[in-house]
Amino acid sequence: MSADRQQGQSGPRHSGQPSESATLRLSRLLTMVPWLLNRQGIEIEEAAREFDVTPAQIEADLALLFLCGTPGGYHGDLIEAEWESGRVFLGNADTINRPLRLVVDEALALIVGLRALAAVPGIGEREAVVRALAKLEAATGSASAVASRIQVSIDEGTSTEAVALAQEALAAHRRVHLRYLVAGRDESTERDVDPMRVISFDAHWYLEGWCHRAEDVRLFRLDRIETLAILDEDGTPPVTAEPRDLDSGVFTPHADDQLVRLALGPGAVWVSDYYPVESIERTPDGGAVIDLRTADTAWLRRLMWQLGSQASVLAPAELAGEVHRGAREALEAYAVPAGSTGSAPTSG
Amino acid sequence: MSTKFNAADKTERLLNLVICLLYTRKPLSKAKIRNAVPQYGTSASDEAFDRMFERDKDELRELGIPLVTEPFDVFFDDEPGYRIDRREYALPEISFGADELAVLGLASRVWTQASLAGPAAQALRKLEAAGVERDDSSLIGIVPMVRTAEPAFKAVKDAVLQHTPVAFAYRKAGTGEVATRHVQPWAIASWHGHWYLTAFDTDRNAPRVFRLGRIEGEVGIEGKPGSYEVPEDHQPTAMISAVAVDRAPQPSALQVRVGTGHGLRRQAHTVEAVDDRWSLITVDFTDTEAFAAEICSFGPDVVVKAPTELRESVIRRLTGALNPGQITEEAKT
Repeated sequence: MSADRQQGQSGPRHSGQPSESATLRLSRLLTMVPWLLNRQGIEIEEAAREFDVTPAQIEADLALLFLCGTPGGYHGDLIEAEWESGRVFLGNADTINRPLRLVVDEALALIVGLRALAAVPGIGEREAVVRALAKLEAATGSASAVASRIQVSIDEGTSTEAVALAQEALAAHRRVHLRYLVAGRDESTERDVDPMRVISFDAHWYLEGWCHRAEDVRLFRLDRIETLAILDEDGTPPVTAEPRDLDSGVFTPHADDQLVRLALGPGAVWVSDYYPVESIERTPDGGAVIDLRTADTAWLRRLMWQLGSQASVLAPAELAGEVHRGAREALEAYAVPAGSTGSAPTSG
Repeated sequence: MSTKFNAADKTERLLNLVICLLYTRKPLSKAKIRNAVPQYGTSASDEAFDRMFERDKDELRELGIPLVTEPFDVFFDDEPGYRIDRREYALPEISFGADELAVLGLASRVWTQASLAGPAAQALRKLEAAGVERDDSSLIGIVPMVRTAEPAFKAVKDAVLQHTPVAFAYRKAGTGEVATRHVQPWAIASWHGHWYLTAFDTDRNAPRVFRLGRIEGEVGIEGKPGSYEVPEDHQPTAMISAVAVDRAPQPSALQVRVGTGHGLRRQAHTVEAVDDRWSLITVDFTDTEAFAAEICSFGPDVVVKAPTELRESVIRRLTGALNPGQITEEAKT
């Protein structure tokens, strides 16, 4: 036995959750016990990866399990747990050897996810999706009916051809040559890319891959790829290439990027939903003042022209000046004198 | 005592309670439970134990554990007994093939935020508890992903699932005006990258569509779960797309500086050279304001020649950019 049957030490907590609630931990333990029972001798590290916690947390969990058992509290009543060797052995836990049935959120997360997958153009595993969905729906009963009221549309506005071509390159591990439009700079570029994955995100399809021009991982919107040629060259990305974390969107600002402060009118506050902002302060008129970081201000200049009177650059002054100069130059082509308040507003 | 210690202590108590109630064949009285679960032994008084036990019961039920209350003795049916129905507790035996588990894994990764990514991962681990390892090798790296970043997502989703009437402050597009809306939520759908709520608006007495990102602050519960019905034939995505304006395309003529306007050139029907600095292109559009916004983004590189309505909208926006805050107008994209 590896520990005295005393209060288990609490190790570091679940990644990103400084104080995990007792019920959340209980829920994990009730799932972990059957999972471990069917994988005797599994390494602590692997269990930690699967449950998305630290190895120390797994050890703390095992120490806690070791104190629990059927009424009586005698040696033979308690759960047996051993993990000293770095491998986990669990026993005497028959009462909780089956996982708890899926709660509504768990069932619907998978069912809605599978239904979304089934609609993906060109997915090769459609048959497995249909089978898995049927089994899951049968096993979860009422939750599957409820799941139809949460819908995800994935496939709109996509050229199936582009998805198929990107998929083909990915499957064959081939390098591709792209002519790609960088919309933020209105620039057509040429580059070689080693494909990593094809993702649908925020209603657009992207090819993610190692870009040899940027020497970094980049996302390419499929509808902005002007041409895609599959090259007769191995396209295995470097081992260091990691897929981007997309939790906060496809725009990932760096801490050392330039700080920009914008004033948004009520008609432009959507900008704060669309781009990651550092801070947002609502103004009484329904607008907002936001701070955001960006390495490249070309796209911001373009955004400000789009937004017209609904937005202005508060800082830096150089950017405000560029926006002003560009707008003035553009208006000259319409023979509208700078400083004029323009033609009468038409309905929006 | 630290909070950490308390939480670990409580997990231990709850786990022992679950094991004890699963283990028993006959319903157990409160007194027996107090004896059987060592952590209850330390409670200071009967009252303290009662309070603790009531809370524990609620929390187990919230986790979905089927804790049942039955008379534990036919002769003394005024005192309830408790147990957990093992058949109700356990996930039914479903066997998934390795390829099915692989697509389930892919389905679980559709969710990028904790609101459903956590439950999805937990569900997957439950389904894999039986010991079958998923085979990801056949999966080509196609990953559809859905964000649930809107702060109102969880509250609105729960209201949809439970048929609970809610109220929230809603910011109107364009004007930015905020008003309180009272609704019976029907469904939520992710459409063109945003989450929408379809609901019956009880003030307007009509169905309405709301964008989750425009809900401000807390979502308030305004009634009991299950207090209304959702129309059987309700099609959320169809209702949402019907709200979106869909007009017939009309032509525009644009003067585009050579070497610029790539996005517009790609959509062009015709491209002809004006001189060595400018091209004239024709492009179709549907929404004047959205297209005007796109054209403005090219700044001095694109000039609208026709139609007048589009030209005026572009001039209005650029003038606004020159004198921000002076004109009130609606900026759409």
